[in-house]
Amino acid sequence: MNDLPKTLTFKMPAEASPLGYRQKPARPLLEVNRLRKHFPHAEAAAVERVSLSLGEGELMALLGPSGCGKTTTLRMIGGFEPPDEGSITLAGRDITGLPPEQRGIGFVFQDYALFPHLNVLENVKFGLRGMSRKQADARACEMLKLVGLEDLASRKPHQLSGGQQQRVALARSLAVGPKLILLDEPFSNLDAKMRVETRQEVRKLLKSTGAAGILVTHDQEEALAMADRIAVMDKGRVVQIGTPDEIYRNPATAFVANFIGRSNILTGTASGMNVQTAFGNLPLSRAANGAVNLAVRPEQIMLEPDPAGPAVITGREFRGHDQIYWVQEGDRCMIVISGPGAEHGIGTKVRLRICDCVVPLA
Amino acid sequence: MIALTTRKGRRVPAAQMVFSALGLAIGGLMLLPLAYLVMRASEADLATVQSLLMRPRTLQMMLNTAALVAGVLVVCTAIALPLAWLVSRTDLKGRRIVNVLAVMPLAVPGYVMAYALIGLGGHYGFLNQVFGYRMPMPQGWWGATLALSLYTFSYLYLNLRAAFAGLDQSLEEAARALGATPREVFFRVTLPHLLPAMMAGWLVVGLYVIGDFGAVALMRYEVFSYAIYIQYSAAFDRVYAAWLALILISVALSVVWLESRLREGAHYARTGSGTGARPRRTQLSPTGHVLGWAFVVVVVLGSLGLPLSVLTFWMTRSIDSGALLSAALPDLLRAFGQSLSVAVPSALAAAAMALPVAVLAVRYPSPMSTFINRLAFVGYAVPALAFALAFVFFALQGARWLYQTHLLLVTVYALSFLALALGPIRSALYQARPSVEESARALGHGPASVFWRVTLPTIRPGLVAGMVLVFVVAMKELPIAFLLAPTGFRPLSITMFTRTSEGMLLEAAPYAAAIIVFSALFVGFVLRHDRKAGDER
Repeated sequence: MNDLPKTLTFKMPAEASPLGYRQKPARPLLEVNRLRKHFPHAEAAAVERVSLSLGEGELMALLGPSGCGKTTTLRMIGGFEPPDEGSITLAGRDITGLPPEQRGIGFVFQDYALFPHLNVLENVKFGLRGMSRKQADARACEMLKLVGLEDLASRKPHQLSGGQQQRVALARSLAVGPKLILLDEPFSNLDAKMRVETRQEVRKLLKSTGAAGILVTHDQEEALAMADRIAVMDKGRVVQIGTPDEIYRNPATAFVANFIGRSNILTGTASGMNVQTAFGNLPLSRAANGAVNLAVRPEQIMLEPDPAGPAVITGREFRGHDQIYWVQEGDRCMIVISGPGAEHGIGTKVRLRICDCVVPLA
Repeated sequence: MIALTTRKGRRVPAAQMVFSALGLAIGGLMLLPLAYLVMRASEADLATVQSLLMRPRTLQMMLNTAALVAGVLVVCTAIALPLAWLVSRTDLKGRRIVNVLAVMPLAVPGYVMAYALIGLGGHYGFLNQVFGYRMPMPQGWWGATLALSLYTFSYLYLNLRAAFAGLDQSLEEAARALGATPREVFFRVTLPHLLPAMMAGWLVVGLYVIGDFGAVALMRYEVFSYAIYIQYSAAFDRVYAAWLALILISVALSVVWLESRLREGAHYARTGSGTGARPRRTQLSPTGHVLGWAFVVVVVLGSLGLPLSVLTFWMTRSIDSGALLSAALPDLLRAFGQSLSVAVPSALAAAAMALPVAVLAVRYPSPMSTFINRLAFVGYAVPALAFALAFVFFALQGARWLYQTHLLLVTVYALSFLALALGPIRSALYQARPSVEESARALGHGPASVFWRVTLPTIRPGLVAGMVLVFVVAMKELPIAFLLAPTGFRPLSITMFTRTSEGMLLEAAPYAAAIIVFSALFVGFVLRHDRKAGDER
């Protein structure tokens, strides 16, 4: 997150609604309409009326905490769970009732699910049906070259590292030439360093083949770094859809504001594009009226040492490129991120100033 | 998706329907003959039943069975508990060898062990001829108890050793830190934690003892299976035999019930998170080493040395025994061939039946699949002789054309050993991740193609393991073959048994040796699997 600008000059995209629901890609490839799934013996529905649409070649992240229904949504799109209600349309064709093998959608599993009894080349060839052996070999080799594993074609899956296994799984799914590929937590079995390297590779790979993708993840950093658009899910519902930039700068709810990055939540009385708060009259990122909850990013708050200030620093965490301060002001505890420079010790009296527009929450 | 919709609106995949239908058919096949057994038994009027059940002999047999089970369990525990402790919790030198020696007795079937004990005593016996000591002929309770204990203790040993290895050391250390002496720790912490494994082992041994027929028949000890054998081979009173079989089944089932009730109350799993610490080994003093090995030597002399030396003795006893043996060779090969001709198809059939049952249990868990999996264990829990008798009645009344055919014998073997094949196949399926099958679906393969091209190849080791287990057990099986043998069918086990029961110990020896060699293969297989499991741990 360090590459995000410290001071934000906020501009709303003119056509976008705050929740992003009305954003539809110009040529939708996949349309998911009011999907619902309630597992037997479960108290609440796992997925509650989820609607999404995905453009051709677009990469979307389904982001949410564990148990929010994102994997179930993905499995319904892939055809592995029948939905209780709702419909799924791919390239204009209703595929809601089709078995997975007739959907033409690629699926990369969290554990890669390579066939242990087949070698790398045979794994990649597995989905290539209806072509001659020679053609299939050529296609599989081409895919292996694309992921940089042409030298390991005769290895068995257990002889590969985690990262290599994942690339084989990708090559295997892409070999069939699907228009859409679903990735279920594809980086969770890699170590932290590999994860960062691999996600840009995977993004490039998908973009180069022109396949659209849906990525399920609980890692907000991963979603922000990879996806063209993010759908944030909570308790079975989609709470916000938008570009990473929109989601970060203009969270729709307190949940989104705290799940993606950190936020301070304030209260205030809004009228139009302004809001009256304990920190004075502040500009709003979008119009609101009456009592509202407001999200303020920690880097939007300026911290000035002031012996007569109303607030006091109660905690500090040094993070190298910046520092996090916990500041107590009355009965409110605020998080402030400030860049390198002046360091303030615990107990320092300070004054807080909000230097940007704040976000009213639904 | 091809699916049916139930009344509640839940969709059931077609594959689940097919496997459930197959599983129910197998379960039905298991229960149908037992219904014939009940039918046959209920032909008698009340007075007859009363006179059958209330005769003192029935009570005597009940007491005998209880005494035999109790005796075998005591002897088994006295052997297996110290052995398991020595191997898994001490630094005894050569404990790997002790481990192999402790499992090897599984290669000796009960009737061969009984043969060895009989060949030991008497005027012409091993002891009198070699050492000049005339031991009284072993028979009755103590003969049967010894014959059965000396090989079944291995089952208990395997269970106890696994339990010792799985014991969390920190529990024992916590008890020590709370001021308990090592002795107190053993009785108040270690032993209670071994109890579930001990009971599971007792169940296996108990079912073996209740169902055993060869050893008790050779020892002429009056228990139910021996009585059924008498009824069948001499005075064939069908109603009485049916009642005896029903009593035998209810005894076996009540043992199963008792074990499950006792286990329910016990909760000994570790409650903390993370992996438990591996138990540390007790350092044995030099005296401890000597005592430990002395114990091992006594056990091995009894369980392996005895049958091997008695067999060698009888095979080399007469001067012209070489000529006798070579003369017996053609018949030995014939018997071997006949054993093979049943064991091979039985192994294939058992694996084929176990496959849908295992798939149901692992991939489609539901009350129905639990029910089908319980049914699959009926053939294992019902004593072999009673199970075979039920099929005799079924064939005589319901399917005359099946009576005394290879087909019937193979079917009964497959049903009886279904549970043996089920274990490895089920664990192989548990290890095969469902995501592998799902990714094959996502790559455009239909359910049947996925089953054939992905599921079967992945679980092949489990399938092979299941088949090998059934094959080797069917090679040495006695009671079912005894009741259901087609005319002229005399495999290794029957030939060996009839010759021994007629006192022809010399003539029986080569068959016994062949059975031991074959069963040793079985044990080798168990040990290999055992080691693999140990490596994974």
